[in-house]
Amino acid sequence: MKAWLPLLLRLVLVVLLVAFVTSPGWFEPLLKPLTENNAPAIYNQGSLLTLTLLHLRTVLIATVAATVVAVALAILVTRPAGAEFLPLSRSLVNIGQTFPPVAVLALAVPAVGFGEKPTLIALFLYGLLPIFENALTGLTTLPANVVEAARGAGMTGWQRLTKVELPLSAPIILGGIRLSVVISLATATIGSTVAARTLGEVIIAGLLSNNLAFILQGGLIVAALAVLIYDGLSAVERYAARRMGRDVE
Amino acid sequence: MTLRFDKLGVVIAVIVAYATFAASFATFRANRIVPGQARSILEALPPTTGPLLLGIVIVAALIALLRTPLMLRLAASVAALAALALLIGVAGTFLTPAGNTFARISPASGFWILIFAFTLLLADVLTRFNLSPWARIGVLVVATVAIGLLLISGSWNDLSILKEYANRADSFWAEGSKHVTLALGSLAAAVIIGLPLGILCHRVEKLRAGVLNVLNIIQTIPSIALFGLLIAPLGWVATHVPGAAALGIRGIGTAPAFVALFLYSLLPVVANTVVGLAGVPRAANDAARGMGMTDRQRLFGVEFPLAFPVILTGIRIVLVQNIGLATIAALIGGGGFGVFVFQGVGQTAMDLVLLGAVPTVALAFAAAIILDAVIEMSATKRRVETA
Repeated sequence: MKAWLPLLLRLVLVVLLVAFVTSPGWFEPLLKPLTENNAPAIYNQGSLLTLTLLHLRTVLIATVAATVVAVALAILVTRPAGAEFLPLSRSLVNIGQTFPPVAVLALAVPAVGFGEKPTLIALFLYGLLPIFENALTGLTTLPANVVEAARGAGMTGWQRLTKVELPLSAPIILGGIRLSVVISLATATIGSTVAARTLGEVIIAGLLSNNLAFILQGGLIVAALAVLIYDGLSAVERYAARRMGRDVE
Repeated sequence: MTLRFDKLGVVIAVIVAYATFAASFATFRANRIVPGQARSILEALPPTTGPLLLGIVIVAALIALLRTPLMLRLAASVAALAALALLIGVAGTFLTPAGNTFARISPASGFWILIFAFTLLLADVLTRFNLSPWARIGVLVVATVAIGLLLISGSWNDLSILKEYANRADSFWAEGSKHVTLALGSLAAAVIIGLPLGILCHRVEKLRAGVLNVLNIIQTIPSIALFGLLIAPLGWVATHVPGAAALGIRGIGTAPAFVALFLYSLLPVVANTVVGLAGVPRAANDAARGMGMTDRQRLFGVEFPLAFPVILTGIRIVLVQNIGLATIAALIGGGGFGVFVFQGVGQTAMDLVLLGAVPTVALAFAAAIILDAVIEMSATKRRVETA
């Protein structure tokens, strides 16, 4: 009876989100009361759809790059050849997480200039950490008997990695990717302070012109994206966990 | 005798070689916003000290490259870092034309990469030493004192970031204390509200999923949007609730920043309290009940102390996160180090960005080290007591 309710809510959210970014004009009467002095209620310096797509593209590029590098590094430090780097990589992850995203963003500007590049760098660096940490946890907490069995079955190191270790760690790695994506979605908005074209542009325009409607629509689109993506990735993760027989809380 | 290479050392040596010979050590600019000219180590330092620094860096990199005793590696990394820190100040003085107050000297990419490489070496050595919590705090204190002494001695005064500081010394400390007040104050509020809420969620199962979901959704709202969204309700409170404005509640400024940081802080505190309390062994609770402890005694005497390390972990997450997020408060007039970051971005004056970013990173880093040490101490204490 109640099982369909969350699904329905998600569906409604998706429909609302798509409707809002494609034809924001429909929602103008709702947002109009939030503006003063006859200011525009819908962002008028660019299409919301374009900004949303650019926002998602930035997050996607950064997350894919971060996933490839973080998983590769985690694999490296869990092999015998890279074992020496394991303790150091752990402390580096700890140190890295203390860097605030705004600082990373601002410090990337002198190196690469304004625009999308510093945002991509900040999102990439910030997205690395959760994925690396989770990949490390996944690869170092594999059930010993399974790894032994794979070895006993005569699998090579490469086969063990691709057929046993990575599939078994997949749910945990996915958890890291989910965290990283949600952080990146929010952090990308800050990228607009260094002239990246993301939904942050709408929010900042609202802050500068004291237009609450802009702040609200920018914030709500990002929040809706984050909730939906978080939800979708959680489902993928549960599916992977079920297939691998691992518990994910 | 065969020479054996250290794997991390190879990485460090490659980075050092690049930073020393391919990247520039300092940047010279005729004034604070024009593009700079690169200067290598030998160009940036007087004829005697330039080769000295080059020598120290190369020897330290060789020590890192080969398999050497830990103490020697420690000495090499500390010596290299100290030499870099001291001599970048010398470069500032050397490169500034006499009597010129407009010229700006700032550390360039090579300097930062060298600092990174030797910090990597130092971090590796300290990790391998497996220091106790107190020793880690000790290292932090020594590093802080060393940097403080360098700042007081004035040897960095010719560097651009300190010139920016000199122009804004008063506002720097005012914004700094605002930053710390925002980060710590919202943490305190989150602990005062979040702990009871977490205990409630632990006891009343029906509430748990609902509360945690709401807090989860708040976390997904981007920080600048949440800051902005709170402007309107707080502005309304300020004009309509008598006395609120007198308390400092305003639509823009510190109040919305404080509330936003507080809202972001709730999830880690509540969630970790729930997880911590759920992790209390059944046997401990049963034993307490069997001894005739009341509910309250059980909570404060058994459950709470056992859950403490996990709750502290939540507080650590919140504090580090708040120190970083407080920079965004500057966008809505809430003050904090973010003021310098955003001013600097606006004026394309990168040294001003650094003036805001460096203290923020340092604060977050110090908070993480101290709280990690406290968590480890409380966790080992628990283990000893319960063993």
